[in-house]
Amino acid sequence: MYGFLISIGVVLLIMVIWMVYRIQTLISVAKGSDKKIATTSNKVNAILFMVFLIGIGGWMVWYSVKEFHNYQLPIGSEHGIVTDRLFWITMAVTGFIFILTHILLFWFSYHYRYDEKRRAAFYPDNNKLEILWTLVPAVVLTVLVISGWKAWTDITGPAPDNAHVVEIMGYQFAWDVRYPGADQQLGNYDYRLTTATNSRGIDFTDKNAFDDFPSQSVVIPKGEPVLFNIRARDVLHSVFAPHMRLKMDAVPGMPTRFWFVPNKTTEEMRAELGDEEFEFEIACAEVCGNGHFSMRKVITVVEPEEYRKWFAEQTPFIKSNPDLVADLPVELKELAEIYINEE
Amino acid sequence: MAVANVSAHDAASTHDDHDHEHHDNFITKYIFSTDHKMIAKQYLVSGIFWAFIGGFLSVLFRLQLGFPDMDMSFLKPILGGWIDATGKLDPTFYLALVTMHGTIMVFFVLTAGLSGTFSNFLIPLQIGARDMASGFMNMLSYWFFFLSGVIMFISLFLEKGPAGGGWVVYPPLSALEQAIPGSGMGMTLWLIAMVFFIASSLMGGINYITTVINLRTKGMSFSRLPLTIWAFFLTAVIGLLSFPVLFSAALLLVFDRSFGTSFYLADIYIGGEALPNTGGSAVLYQHLFWFLGHPEVYIVLLPALGITSEVIATNSRKPIFGYKAMIISMLGITILSFVVWAHHMFVSGLNPFLGSIFMFLTLIIAVPSAVKVFNYLTTLWRGNLRFTPAMLFSIGLVSFFISGGLTGIFLGNSAIDIQLHDTYFVVAHFHLVMGAASFFGMLAGVYHWFPKMFGRMLDEKLGYVHFWLTFVGVYLVFFPMHYIGIAGFPRRYYSWTNFSFADMYTDLNMFVSVAAIITFFAQFIFVFNFFYSMYKGRKASSNPWHSNTLEWTTPVVPGHGNWVGEIPTVYRWPYDYSKPGSKEDFIPQTVPLSATPESNLPHEAKLVQLEKEIMAEEGEVLVTNESKES
Repeated sequence: MYGFLISIGVVLLIMVIWMVYRIQTLISVAKGSDKKIATTSNKVNAILFMVFLIGIGGWMVWYSVKEFHNYQLPIGSEHGIVTDRLFWITMAVTGFIFILTHILLFWFSYHYRYDEKRRAAFYPDNNKLEILWTLVPAVVLTVLVISGWKAWTDITGPAPDNAHVVEIMGYQFAWDVRYPGADQQLGNYDYRLTTATNSRGIDFTDKNAFDDFPSQSVVIPKGEPVLFNIRARDVLHSVFAPHMRLKMDAVPGMPTRFWFVPNKTTEEMRAELGDEEFEFEIACAEVCGNGHFSMRKVITVVEPEEYRKWFAEQTPFIKSNPDLVADLPVELKELAEIYINEE
Repeated sequence: MAVANVSAHDAASTHDDHDHEHHDNFITKYIFSTDHKMIAKQYLVSGIFWAFIGGFLSVLFRLQLGFPDMDMSFLKPILGGWIDATGKLDPTFYLALVTMHGTIMVFFVLTAGLSGTFSNFLIPLQIGARDMASGFMNMLSYWFFFLSGVIMFISLFLEKGPAGGGWVVYPPLSALEQAIPGSGMGMTLWLIAMVFFIASSLMGGINYITTVINLRTKGMSFSRLPLTIWAFFLTAVIGLLSFPVLFSAALLLVFDRSFGTSFYLADIYIGGEALPNTGGSAVLYQHLFWFLGHPEVYIVLLPALGITSEVIATNSRKPIFGYKAMIISMLGITILSFVVWAHHMFVSGLNPFLGSIFMFLTLIIAVPSAVKVFNYLTTLWRGNLRFTPAMLFSIGLVSFFISGGLTGIFLGNSAIDIQLHDTYFVVAHFHLVMGAASFFGMLAGVYHWFPKMFGRMLDEKLGYVHFWLTFVGVYLVFFPMHYIGIAGFPRRYYSWTNFSFADMYTDLNMFVSVAAIITFFAQFIFVFNFFYSMYKGRKASSNPWHSNTLEWTTPVVPGHGNWVGEIPTVYRWPYDYSKPGSKEDFIPQTVPLSATPESNLPHEAKLVQLEKEIMAEEGEVLVTNESKES
């Protein structure tokens, strides 16, 4: 019933618009105003540009100020402070140009609207002006690029030797986390070894893998460098930790990495935001299939002492599932058993 | 040489044309036409059709994003099984919608619909040629595009859905059916369609380039070409050099999908089995793809900028400011567009050193773009502006070009891009600078050249309503996306509620969706205006905008061969608007300098002398020709 009423309403509306349209066409033909150029429409459009400038421009400024704390994500890493500063410097520069050029664009549109008594200025070129507005953007951009380049080389440079290594492997549709254990060496992996119990394809003939352990969340210490070793098992994924200002694709067949220094613990961040539920999160930023939007992993940042304590308490893969090393050659198996039986 | 040939050929060809008119039947006139104007209209109508399909797909996924709890059962008649029993949109189909929206808009609407329409329509008319260099190849170009469209359209109705890995179709996702259902038949059809599309683009491009180089009329030197033609010419060059690379990328993907090769695949464990492929590189595909993908941005943008230059100059009644600077900046953009592709790959695992190089190159390309904006602004300054709908859309384009271009400075900076990559900030950026700007260029072109296409005027008032609804609508859709992007919302997400950092802005997303739906429906005003005016619009005069370029010297509806009689000769550049001393505020390109002593500039005196000498020579040739004939 409602559908019927709505469709009747729509039909009536269209008919009304149609009538108005026909009438105004006929009137303009009768008045001969369809031949004129300096029409009321011309003036109305010119005024509308000013209305647009003030109305929409004002709305943009108002909303940007009002929502500032909402869209600005808290920063959880040291390099994040640098990149955010660059972001806001760029915002200041481009924001200024944005406002200036738009004022000019709409003001000119309004001010120089058609007037039969006036004639446009014949002003075809001015090389000095062209050079000026080639050089000024070039210089401004150079400054921006060089500061960006410096930050980029610092961020992507080699990780410090003492960085805590965490392996993050993406697959449809979750992340698996692996820590290197006491020896600080991740064991080798081979995708062909992947099974239901060995989802990461860890090669346990490599002794370094004996003390490797999994974790439900990514636990990392505050104030110390952390290195993410990133890989993917099936399709492209991308590790995106928005608060850490961190993003790096996970590529099957090509390990990638990203190192950073977390600068706030989860607890500190909770206190700061007054949000007891707050968690640092990892999301997937490269489309990977149906569950792309649900690849959540929590990063827990803790004080270094707490981290060391937690690290020492974890159980290696082979301890929680000794079957993983059941098929190893005798010597290696004996070695593995030492890890398994360790208290 | 070409010039001489044209004039010698003229007398004969006018007679031929006359014959042709009688032989045209429905099929040769409207379907398998080799006339550049008809092919342009075919492209235009196809482009409009695809724009509505692409727009409709975006409305569907905007419904999901803006109203995630909505019961979408009412869409069942159209979407069938893609709406589940509880009225929810299927997440696989969501990805397919996003993918097809991108593919359709980028390739079918803004490449074929824009270049295909206006390069075809305007190149012969504005350079003074009877038709394209090869009318037959031009026809093939359209029909390859049509075939490509048919295949892509069929893929929308597959049981497992069309391709769903994003319009960039990165492998391994696009190579493995186990990874996403759309990578089965849907992806196969996508690849076949793209192969035909690329062939179509190449045939079109070769034609455009050849025609511009060889078939310009007498006096139409490169330094007198309208900026539209410069833009179409450079666009065709970019397409010719970059589309083959996409072809190679697609071909290797076909091999990986169907013939067991490992160009892009390595070390994959999926669906409970380890695949045998090793040694391939998924990043290789990204390099090949973006080697087209980035120039593609300029393929859709340059024609729009060319159209805008022409429309703004005409309706400001002023020469375009810095004609030479405009050409140089377009050349700069053309060349630089080939060396910036890896800025799409800063966080793909690319060597960071390469990232630095591409950051520098990317920000250089901002300079010519800035020059263009300043030149547009100066053209408006002290003009006498006529707000035709085309002019409004051109001003809108300049606004989008600024807004979207400036955010490019953030994204081109690799350090800042770490955070913004693949968030809604990117979505906002490219929809403004390449989507909306090019779309507005296309609409400006339609409003401006409709009288030449159909001999009737589009209704202005409807044009105004269409413009204001669309202009405001586009800003309301895409501006809020910047906030969402800065807040870190990733792209191609079916829902954001799984993450606490993104579990907000439901109100803003709803706002965006409502704005998108209104903007979409506002386009029906245009469609009505377009088809109604085609038959019932006010009759156009031969030069309704008082413009200088050659197409307005043809009959109101030009027939085969465009000009009755000889092709006019060109004596001046196309931007002599409001020249001091001249009575009218425009002097068409066909008016000799010697006929306008009152408005000639000091440096033009020499040219007048030259012109007189050439005319005298011409006179002699004509006399000898006549004496031979008699």
